[in-house]
Order: sequence, then structure tokens, then C-alpha cells
Amino acid sequence: MIELDFNEKKCLACKTHDCLTKCQYLDLDKDAAGMEMQKIIKGEDSHVLHDCVTCYACEEYCPMGNHPFYLIVSRQEALGITPLPEPLIKRGVQMGIPFRGDPEIEEVQGPVLNMGAFSDLTHLIQGKLFEGLTLISTDPRKMFHYFCQLMYLHYGRISVINERLGKIIQTFAFHNVNQVIHFHDECYGAYTSYAPAFGIHVPFQSVHFFEYLYHRLTTLKNDIQPLNFKVAYQRPCSSRLSSDKYAFVDKIFELIGVEHVERKYKHENALCCGGSILGQKRAGSRALAMELQRKNIQDMKQAGAEFCVFNCPACMLTMGKPVAENQIQPIFMSDLCRMAVGEKIT
Amino acid sequence: MDPIYRALAEIVGEEYVSDQPEELFTYSKDLGTSEPIQPDYVAAPKTAEQVSRIVRMANQKKVPVVPLGGGISLAGLALPLRGGITLDLKRMDGIIELNEKSRYIVVEAGISHGKLTSYLHRHAPHLMHSEPGAPPAATIGGNVVIHGQGDLAHPYGFNSDMINGMEVVLPTGEICRFGSCAIGSGWYTLHPLPDLGLFLGWSGSTGILTKISLRLFPCKKIREMDIFVVEDEELVPDILYELTHAGMAEDLVAWSQEIPPYGNRLHHININITGDSREEMEFKRHLMFDIRLARYIQDGVGGIAAVSQDIERPQISKSADWKKGGGFEYVGSIMPVSAYPECYRRGMEISIRHHIPYTILGRVIGSAHGMMFSYSYAFNRADPETVRQAREALHETDHMVLEIGGTIWKPAVYGQQLVMERMDPNTLQLMKKVKTLLDPNNIMNPGNWEVN
Repeated sequence: MIELDFNEKKCLACKTHDCLTKCQYLDLDKDAAGMEMQKIIKGEDSHVLHDCVTCYACEEYCPMGNHPFYLIVSRQEALGITPLPEPLIKRGVQMGIPFRGDPEIEEVQGPVLNMGAFSDLTHLIQGKLFEGLTLISTDPRKMFHYFCQLMYLHYGRISVINERLGKIIQTFAFHNVNQVIHFHDECYGAYTSYAPAFGIHVPFQSVHFFEYLYHRLTTLKNDIQPLNFKVAYQRPCSSRLSSDKYAFVDKIFELIGVEHVERKYKHENALCCGGSILGQKRAGSRALAMELQRKNIQDMKQAGAEFCVFNCPACMLTMGKPVAENQIQPIFMSDLCRMAVGEKIT
Repeated sequence: MDPIYRALAEIVGEEYVSDQPEELFTYSKDLGTSEPIQPDYVAAPKTAEQVSRIVRMANQKKVPVVPLGGGISLAGLALPLRGGITLDLKRMDGIIELNEKSRYIVVEAGISHGKLTSYLHRHAPHLMHSEPGAPPAATIGGNVVIHGQGDLAHPYGFNSDMINGMEVVLPTGEICRFGSCAIGSGWYTLHPLPDLGLFLGWSGSTGILTKISLRLFPCKKIREMDIFVVEDEELVPDILYELTHAGMAEDLVAWSQEIPPYGNRLHHININITGDSREEMEFKRHLMFDIRLARYIQDGVGGIAAVSQDIERPQISKSADWKKGGGFEYVGSIMPVSAYPECYRRGMEISIRHHIPYTILGRVIGSAHGMMFSYSYAFNRADPETVRQAREALHETDHMVLEIGGTIWKPAVYGQQLVMERMDPNTLQLMKKVKTLLDPNNIMNPGNWEVN
């Protein structure tokens, strides 16, 4: 039985209810937050379940190490309160169905880099930063066999994740991997946050992409030419599931000589790219997504950012174009690091 | 030497005529399920005068003449059903006049859409024509004579509604002009002279189009595609009604397909939006999504799946990939938008019966005045059994389209017969009179639209 390990006592003992009071999209004081969380714990309806934009941030805000976001999504599903219109949910759920045959399974030696459902971005993985790494999930026709499924947290569909994640883990196991570096935060979060929270066994060790990049850059320290750029970082929602690894962003920036500009929507206060909010059924969602983008980019501009650094392809897809239209160059973290070690990116 | 070959060589030059089997072979096939039929000769004229001389000669010799554009109609429309001369018009690809202020361009009929688009990008980037979903090799002439539609169908209708004037070589060889160009007043309008529109929709059986004045339209700087999704097919006509009421889209295409799985039993509506500024784009999106479609979103029955995507033309040719062997053919039909739910359901039933993953697409024409609805069937070119399955599905679809009150678009001969069986007898007789009057020796693409 796959079940969320959520400790109610921790919530009752919580003195801050940061999970909801810090939420950038809800306006709740401590008392109201505590009351709403109690309703959610008891399985009762709460406006939070309707108004949640699914930004994942409460997982990070929780001072008790509980899983408020996983609980919210579980309750959304149980009570039939879906953030998205049903056709979008069906579309998303069907999107993750593999349909082009089974992947070719080869046993691999040493650490592997998992591209997850972003096999079409293998061009980002080249040059000396990635020498000696074995890539898996490099065929876009087969990539859904490696899809971590966590996207369905935006869909109020815990059941889909729980139904499919075991099989995905099994596919990794067939490769006989013992250490997996995950290209995307979301995959890392799936195996290091979600799976343990639901008691799902993961037979391999996971490494965060930025942690890998940082250590690799350290070994290539002599090749690094400081870039001297001013950069903003678009922190993705799934980074909230591994906030202990977020520090590697600044460690990398420091190593490659870029300035992470000070701005309002940074670190804990990062704004959602809008991609998951755009299609939500709550009135005004599309306009909210546009407004968030506008505020976010304006903030980057005012801070003097020359580059906006992404790791999440979905954030890049949503914000890359408007960022560029505001004279800020969108760039993937891997490409920024490659520039720092003197490689030319195209 | 064969006198017909000699005559053709004299008209177009030795290099541009052939009766060699290896060259005739390539003209004997199209990409659909039709059986190959070899012409006796292939000639590639360069001018309307050469076309005229060929047609006069063909009348003398009573040899069929089949005009050919890009050769990608799929339905066998340019196969030489009774042999004769295939006239490959692709050498007639000149651009004669671009009039930016009056927004038209005069071209030779064999020019490809790709070449015209490329020319406009270079010389008039603020103007565009309505490019069809067909590959860029499709010709302007070939497309308008079959009443094609393109990515400006929603605001401006069929591509054949976008003609300001044309030059046609009649089946008896005379070169005629229609529209203001006929009175030497330039190529800016087809109206208001007496209507002699006898050449469009006839699959080249009443004359050969050699020049066209094509309307051009504003090409906005920002061009993006948004996607709206519903599950209930009954909602599609309502959504399209709302969107066409807003009038903010440049193209509206609804589709549903079994592969890839995310499209299965769902209806995606691709909405092309264009503007010269972000403010214009946002204004249009606000009207469509926040005003016209808001209730569907809030009721949870429809949703915005994507915005600001790069525009991707509907490419039903991708469905060729659903089976090994890379073949596909589709039935196109012109339907009232209100028929979408039934078109979808019946089309899917036919696909299931013939073991072919269903692929269904409808493009809005005008302000939801009609819809080009296509049913695509994949087959393996190397497997006659799957070709047969696809052909049967196509024929069944032809019947279904007429049964539910639609009209077959660019029908193959099988579909033409079905249409003519149902046609008003007086109209049918008029068609016969027109054909006999224009083509007394029945040399023009015989077998097509033939009234018995």
C-alpha cells in the first residue's frame, strides 16, 4: 500500500504554519493557516485546496519536515477538487503513456545521467563537463519509460504517480544502475523526496544535477574563465523538493564568476514561471500567469540581469521567449557552465 | 519518330519532353492508394503559348492532356486515367508582378507555395498568402483549382476565394483572361465582370490555369499558436462559434487522433494568433480566453493547454508514420461546423473497423461558415493488404460524408461518381454542357467529372 507518511502531530506542534503563511499566492495569517491545515488533515474541504496554484513551495516552507504539498494534492484528488480542467488532466495523463515500444536495456557501469522526459535536450550534455558519463533516456520515442511522473502533482493526480512510479524505477533497475544523476530537479525530487514520503523503495542513489556540475567544475577549476555576467535564476517549482541542493546554484555561480543579482523574487521568494497556472480553472488564472511573468521579468531587468538561467525545460519553454524579448538572454545552466570552461555554445 | 513526341519536342524543346519508361514511371504514381497509371508522354512547357500549342496539337490527334502541379494531391487527380500527355507545369513558376499597396501578386500557376513564401519573406515581409497544410512543393495553380484552403482560411475563406484574376488555356487552345486583367486594367480584381468561373473545382478538366493574381494579406510580426482542449466533441462547434465571434484568430484547426496518446479521444483546437506587438497579442488572448471561453475553463470542461507556441501547420502527413511503410491518404470533406461531433464519431468508427489508428482534423473556413474535415488513413506501401484496407476506408468515408450532409473535397473518381449520383439533374446537365462546349474532344483530364 503506497501511502503518504504525513505526521499530523508535527502540524499540531507547529508554531508558524509557514507552509501557508509564506505562500505567495494565498493571503493567510497564522491562525487561519492553522485552521485550514487542520481541515485539510481531516479530509475536509478547504479553500486552500481550490486556490492552490501548485507551486510546490510549501514543501520547502514547512519547518517541521512534513509534506504539506503532497497532502494538499492527495486531498485535492480525494475530494475531486482538481486544479485543472478535466480535458487537460486527461491529456497530461495520456501524455505519459509510452507508445513506441520498450526501451533498449543495457547494463551500465558507473554513474549515469538520466534525461528523464527530456531526451530531445541531449545536445545540452556535451563537452568536458560530461565526459565519461553514460546517458540514459536519450531516445525521444522511448523517454516516457523514464518519466518520473511528478508532473501530476500539478494535476491533482497522486494516484497516477503512485501507479506508475514503481515501473519507472524498475526500468532504471534493469539497467543495473547504482548512482543516477538527474538532469531535471523534478526527477531528483521524485526519487529523493516523493518516493520516501510515500514509502516507495528506490534501489539507486540519486545525485542532483547541480551538485554534479559543481563538483565537475571544481575538478576543471584551472579551465574556468570567470564570465563576469550578471544573472538571474528562474527557480523551478520542483527545486522546492530538494531545497538542500538549491545552495549549489550560488556555489556554481561563484565558481564560474557570475553575479547572482539581488532581486525581490529570489531564493525562497522565487516566482512560478506561470506554466502550471496558465491552464488552471480558477477564474483569472491565465491573467495571473501573465502578471507573474511580467513581475518576474521586470524584477530581473531592474536588478540588471543580463542572463536568465534555467534548469527546468518547462520554465524555459514558458519564459524563454518573453525573457529574450526583454533583452535578457535565456540560457540553460549547463550551457552557462560550458561557457565558463571555454566551450562555445550554439 | 513518333509524331506526337516530335510535335511536343518542337514546342517545348527536346530536354523537356519524354516518352522513356523510367521517366514515365515517376509520373505514373501519386502518393496515395491509387494504382499506378502511366502516361504516354510527359512534357514540361515554359509558357502559356507552349501550353496552347500542345493543347491544339492534342485536339488534332485526339490525345488526352493531364495538367500536373506539385503531384501531391494523393487522390489520383493528376493520374492519366486514359493515358496521353502529362503536362508538368512546374517550369511555369515565374513571379510576374508584386503590387504591395494593392496587396496582390501575379504568378505563373506552376509556382510552388514554398517559392512564393520565400519570395514574400525577402521582398514583402509584411505580406503573406494563405499557405496550405500541404508540403511547400504544392503549386499555387494546383491548390486553387481544387479549392484548397490554407492558414488564412478563417478570416478569408478558400484559397480559390483569394483570386483577383486568372489566365486559362482553354481545352481548344485559346488563351483567356478573367477579371480586370481581361480589360487591360491590371490584375487587382476578379469582380464585377460577368461570371465565367468555369475552371475551379474541375480538377483541370475544363482548362489549364497558367497565371493567377493572388490576394496577399497582412503578415504580422509576432505569429504564435495557442491550444485549447476539450474532451466532449459536442462542445467543439460551440467553442469555434465563440472563437469566430471574437474574430481574433488567424487560423482555427480542431483535431483528434489516436497516436500519440495525448491526442486520443480529446479535441485540440489550434488557434493561431498574430500581432505587431505584445499588447495586441494580449488583447486578442484576453478576448478569446478570458471573455469568450472563460465559462468552459471555469466549468472544467475546456482548458488552455499551451500558449505562444511556434506555429506548426497541420500536417496530417505525420499520420503516415502510424504504420510501418509510410503511406497515407485522406478524404477531405467540406462540412458545416455543427457536424463536427458526428464527423468525429463516424470517422473514428471507420478507422476502428479497418484497424487503422484514427486521425481526424477540421479547419474552420470563414467565420465558421464551413469546415474542411479530413479523415486520414495510414497504410504500409509495401503491404498490399494495408493499402486495400486504407482504400476501403476511404471509399466508406466518401459514402459517410455524403450521408451526413457533407460535400467531398477534391474527390477521386470514386467520390466524383458518388457526388454526381446525388447531384441535381439540371445542374448535372449544365456541367455536361459546359464540359462539351469547352472541351468538344474530351481531351482534358478525361475520366474526371465525366457526366454520362
